[in-house]
Amino acid sequence: MKIEANATLCIGAGMCALTVPQVFDQSEDEGTVVLLQQAPSADLEEAVRRAVNLCPSGAISVV
Amino acid sequence: MTELTLTTERERPFDPPDAYTRIRQQAAVHPMTYADGHLGWLVTGYAAARAVLADPRFSNRPELMHPPLPSRIELAEEVREQQFKVPPGFFLRMDAPEHTRFRKLLTGQFTVRRMKQLEPRIQEIAESCLDAMEAAGPPVDLVSAFALPIPSLVICELLGVPYEDRAQFQDDSKILVNLETKAEDAIGALGRISAYLYGLIQRKRAEPEDDLLSGLVAGGELNDEELTGVAVLLLIAGHETTANMLGLGTYALLTNPDQLAAMRDDPALVDNGVEELLRYLTIIHLGPIRTALEDVEIEGHLIRKGDAVTLHLPVVNRDPAKFPGADRLDVTREATGHLTFGHGIHQCLGQQLARAEMRIGYSALLRRLPGLRLAVPPEEVPMRSDMSIYGVHRLPVTW
Repeated sequence: MKIEANATLCIGAGMCALTVPQVFDQSEDEGTVVLLQQAPSADLEEAVRRAVNLCPSGAISVV
Repeated sequence: MTELTLTTERERPFDPPDAYTRIRQQAAVHPMTYADGHLGWLVTGYAAARAVLADPRFSNRPELMHPPLPSRIELAEEVREQQFKVPPGFFLRMDAPEHTRFRKLLTGQFTVRRMKQLEPRIQEIAESCLDAMEAAGPPVDLVSAFALPIPSLVICELLGVPYEDRAQFQDDSKILVNLETKAEDAIGALGRISAYLYGLIQRKRAEPEDDLLSGLVAGGELNDEELTGVAVLLLIAGHETTANMLGLGTYALLTNPDQLAAMRDDPALVDNGVEELLRYLTIIHLGPIRTALEDVEIEGHLIRKGDAVTLHLPVVNRDPAKFPGADRLDVTREATGHLTFGHGIHQCLGQQLARAEMRIGYSALLRRLPGLRLAVPPEEVPMRSDMSIYGVHRLPVTW
């Protein structure tokens, strides 16, 4: 699993950081998505997919 | 088939009006007559509502809007004729890219991490409300003693609005969300709250403090009118939302004692319980309302350019296709994905703050007052069917 994040699309809702804090964070100034790891382990896959689905602006995806 | 119109009157306090639930069982998207005679749409299905909210071809601009309720016809006309001006900076009612410019300036202030840092202060505020309730002794109106002061104090401190000035904006905020308010009274209330916050912004410019509004002033990206609009939006949003979730949520828990016990006995359930209460109660019971900027097909229905689309979130969040057994309050269910905070670019900026306030508020209340119960028969609790945000006007409790 590999994750892509697009900070331009991000609206800083924080759903990814709330759902999988091991993988997603928010930048200090704009609150937009920051990837802590691009290829997290398989045991996080389900949570990552949930975060992707919860994202309101389509800023993160699993590729 | 009879003509479909919108009402906020319910048969039961926690369930959306039955007519719209029946409509969802027929189709997710339904023609609806608006109060000004416009033939638009009502969306009651989860997938369709999510699709509309995520689609930039649906606008949130106020001058395009048709009023779904008769009491809002006059106000909609005033908006079109520019008598009622949505303030510059009131970015909830903008589309991208104008909206983006404002939102980007604020998102850093409402991150999960920032809200975590506020938790000890929120805890202090909740405990002091409970101290005051215990000192006063029962019965107490939970709305004025607990549900409103917690988010009000928190948003005031975060923005840098003096809490002791609350008489100057709490009443006006109430007037603005009251569905029965006449257009001229709404214009007056918006004028007063704007004038107050405009003055406050001048003071922040002269004597900056360590708060959000001072930070925005110092940032220099927004002019004073825009800063005022942002402040109006955040102050009203901070008052009318969590307060109603705490009031209505407590009422729901007190009338579902097994759910209350589950949340009280297992603190690990509180996060999920908050999501479930957000879903089950869906206090945004009027709208969001959007206008199609071009022809769009949603689940086989052709929505034409200019058509109004109202999303019935309380019914949407009870869609069994998304939430099995959706009409039951169940604090253990998978409740995330509800649309109570919206979806798409306008999804609630303050949602992580709201979650923190509810998590701390409900936990403290259930822990400190284990004997909490209604002080009136349940049917006597006055419901906010007359307000654009649902909830309880008062919640008399004892313990």
